[in-house]
Amino acid sequence: MIALSDYLILGAILFAISVAGIYLNRKNVIILLMSIELMLLAVNLNFIAFSHYLNDLAGQVFVFFILTVAAAESAIGLAIIIVLFRRRHTINIEDLDTLKG
Amino acid sequence: MMDDMKLVYLAIPLVCLFAALVAGVFGRQIGRVGAHSITVAGVAIAFVLSLYVYLDVLAGNTFNGTVYVWGISDNFPFEVGFLIDSLTATMMVIVTFVSLMVHIYTIGYMHDDPGYQRFFSYISLFTFAMLMLVMSNNFLQLFFGWELVGLVSYLLIGFWYTRDTAIYANMKAFLVNRVGDLGFLIGIAAIYATFGTLDYNAVFASVPEVLGQTIEILPGSEWSIISFICIMLFIGAMGKSAQVPLHVWLPDSMEGPTPISALIHAATMVTAGIFMVARTSPLFEFSETALSLVMIIGAITAFFMALLGLVQNDIKRVVAYSTLSQLGYMTVGLGASGYAASIFHLGTHAFFKALLFLAAGSVIIAMHHEQDMRKMGGLRKFLPWTYITAVIGSLALAGIPPFSGFFSKDLIIESVHHSELFGSGFAYAAVLSGVGLTAFYSFRLVFMTFHGRPRMDQHTLQHLKESPTVVILPLILLAIPSMFAGALFMNPMVFSDFFSGAIFVLPQHDVIGAIAEDYQGKSGMAVVFGFMLHGILQPPFWLAAGGVVLAWLFYIRMPELPGKLVASVKPLYTLLMNKYYIDDFNQKFFADGTVAVGRLMSKYGDTIFIDGWLVNGTAKAVGYFSRVLKPLQSGLVNHFAFAMIIGLLVLMTWFIKVN
Repeated sequence: MIALSDYLILGAILFAISVAGIYLNRKNVIILLMSIELMLLAVNLNFIAFSHYLNDLAGQVFVFFILTVAAAESAIGLAIIIVLFRRRHTINIEDLDTLKG
Repeated sequence: MMDDMKLVYLAIPLVCLFAALVAGVFGRQIGRVGAHSITVAGVAIAFVLSLYVYLDVLAGNTFNGTVYVWGISDNFPFEVGFLIDSLTATMMVIVTFVSLMVHIYTIGYMHDDPGYQRFFSYISLFTFAMLMLVMSNNFLQLFFGWELVGLVSYLLIGFWYTRDTAIYANMKAFLVNRVGDLGFLIGIAAIYATFGTLDYNAVFASVPEVLGQTIEILPGSEWSIISFICIMLFIGAMGKSAQVPLHVWLPDSMEGPTPISALIHAATMVTAGIFMVARTSPLFEFSETALSLVMIIGAITAFFMALLGLVQNDIKRVVAYSTLSQLGYMTVGLGASGYAASIFHLGTHAFFKALLFLAAGSVIIAMHHEQDMRKMGGLRKFLPWTYITAVIGSLALAGIPPFSGFFSKDLIIESVHHSELFGSGFAYAAVLSGVGLTAFYSFRLVFMTFHGRPRMDQHTLQHLKESPTVVILPLILLAIPSMFAGALFMNPMVFSDFFSGAIFVLPQHDVIGAIAEDYQGKSGMAVVFGFMLHGILQPPFWLAAGGVVLAWLFYIRMPELPGKLVASVKPLYTLLMNKYYIDDFNQKFFADGTVAVGRLMSKYGDTIFIDGWLVNGTAKAVGYFSRVLKPLQSGLVNHFAFAMIIGLLVLMTWFIKVN
């Protein structure tokens, strides 16, 4: 029998990996986007686990919403990256530091 | 009838204020003649009305009441009120008379001065202030008058404001008076804290209730509250009446024009302290500590300032030091509980000292503003009226019978003789030896100025002429009371119950009563002659006569003697010439000390602490932290995202922990 905590631990590990991915990644904006997707999936995993455990379908419904939004977000994100590349000719994160002011 | 008198009381100070305002504000429009006419008329009216009030008081009518309530704060009324009794009326007559003489004299003395109208405005304002001071029926109004006379004194000492020395002198006078005024203010505050009122009669009436009360000034030392109040009030009197060690301002105040030296620094303002102590006699009587202090300070002033008078060469400064010494006599009289004698001396002194100052002024006019007596001599032939009046003033000052000074000074000396308070032995020795010194320096002045061979240059000698009538007339008018006031007023003022309602003396301190016992039952003139006969047999007269003879010996008979004497007591002479180094001490310790503390504060407090630490330090700290924090602002998106996650974690942790 797989306990609830196992799912939660898996979700937490996935989340941690994605956070590390965001922070440690220095080269590629696409990897950043992938990390964010992974983060959302880790959250989804938690939702589903709790939904099953509590016999409440609302959690699973919510996952669908998140997946939809995530898809839209990826599309927008990729579009931004394309525009970015057109203007700056790079998607190297270390070069994108104009927020420093 | 009462209401009529109230109007008269009001009119006396206000007419002077009015004249001062008109001369001051519209001086340009009314011109020189207008300015002196209105102020002389104002003070003349005040004088006549004062005489009227004096006669009214003699007839037994006194007044005590509020004229105007200025404001009420926390149920405490600030009132303008008058207390008219024998003491007040005497002071009013003295003040307005001397002021009138000085007003007339000024017409001649300040004739060519560009500040003519301003000067008249000031002296009328001063008369107003002094009248408010003496007529007050509460301590608040007393303080008002007190400060106002101080202010006008400041303005008048610095009248010739382009002279550096005058500016220095008026600042010095103002600052030294502030020291005294602080004590005075503390005294008044203590009176209010103790009695809950500032009204004279209410305070005096409840003195017996607070006799046992004490106050803890420093931890562990208990003071009688009455002693504390009296000493604080007396510190105020020390400032105004120029007692050691707050006397330093008076000699320097001679920088002002001579008429104000006569009016303010001899006859009226400096006697405010004496008046105040006499007025608060119901307080002082219950504190033997304060009385002893008053007597000792007075004795020190009387003796040591007389010594300084011996070596001065500036004609006005000799008179200034004699004023200090005579104020010391009055203070000694107060300390011995001989208030009536002190007030009597205050009156006679006002006449003969104003006379001497004005005579000195007359000499100064003739000498074209030369004040050094070493460059005078032989003026007797050229200034006969000035000479005669100056001799009368000097005889009165020296205390030669039957001139007025003899009676008043002898009364003070006798009072001290009868006193049994701590310090009376020392005070008696001081005032007794002071008599000889007084006679010596006053006749040194007469002989150096008017006798001997002329020592001025040829140009001045040829232009020597007697001063105009407006200058001579006040001299003559002042010479008359200087001669006769003593003999005329001694019996009715001092030996009768004239002051009984105004001055309070405990039976065990009643020195005047002890003197009066000898003359019990005698009629007016018999008392005067008896007193004179008694006086001639006493040491003071012989000391005075000796002083005069010695002065004659030194400056007429053997003019080489002073030089020899000076050479033989060189250290003492140097000490006197440097005024006991008190000025130097004040300069070094207080003035330079204050500057040094200021410099220290400026360096460590301001430059290093406030500027260095607080202002620049804040800026530097911000700069330092921003340098430390700057690398965090990398501008990299993933770092921001990471920071957001960390922040989210922190918030969540906090949320879970708290709820």
